[in-house]
Amino acid sequence: MTYRVLYFASLRDRVGREEEVVAATAGDVSALYAQLRQRHGFTMAQDKLRVAVNGEFAGWDRALSDGDEVVFIPPVSGG
Amino acid sequence: MRFEIRAEPIDVVALSRGLANAHAGASIGFEGWVRDHNEGRAVIRLDYQAYAPLAQAEGQRILGEAQQRFAIVEAQCVHRVGALTIGDLAVWVGVSAAHRGAAFDACRYIIDEVKKRVPIWKNEHYADGESGWLHPDNTPVDQSKD
Repeated sequence: MTYRVLYFASLRDRVGREEEVVAATAGDVSALYAQLRQRHGFTMAQDKLRVAVNGEFAGWDRALSDGDEVVFIPPVSGG
Repeated sequence: MRFEIRAEPIDVVALSRGLANAHAGASIGFEGWVRDHNEGRAVIRLDYQAYAPLAQAEGQRILGEAQQRFAIVEAQCVHRVGALTIGDLAVWVGVSAAHRGAAFDACRYIIDEVKKRVPIWKNEHYADGESGWLHPDNTPVDQSKD
């Protein structure tokens, strides 16, 4: 399956781009993060992040479907 | 109730007019400005990023919660994204209510929840040439040198 992953803040800096299409065997968002963490060398642990699927907050056990948009959300710092 | 992520400067006077209502006897505005220091370091500018669709949805949710919790008439919030310099208005919250207590309380609730929950990130550029993305408690999120 392929997923569209968007990156923000320190994750964007690490990857060097705003988004990528990822072909992955990972079936849920937790497995996808583990896979991308390994590929890109993210230092942030999963428990520091939130995740959104198709523009809504989701749980880490959320099952993914082909074409889903996934965003890993580092601790926010607006204001 | 309207939340907005905006790349252009915030026009407080125009926005404040949107709070006016015959039922309102109080209006509170909060302005968050870009400050020239943080945690003892000199800051020269900021970049804000947002995951706009979710930021919009979550911001709107917060305004709805404020309306449920407090006896307010109108509430709006606008947050900038992009490159900002010292003194720029980064975020504005405006609330009107029949009485001042609810307006103060709702304004405080909205800015606190926006800072905690809305997917917006601040990258501080320091006078010494370094930069870093921040946590809500103003410590670095990710150590780029590790």
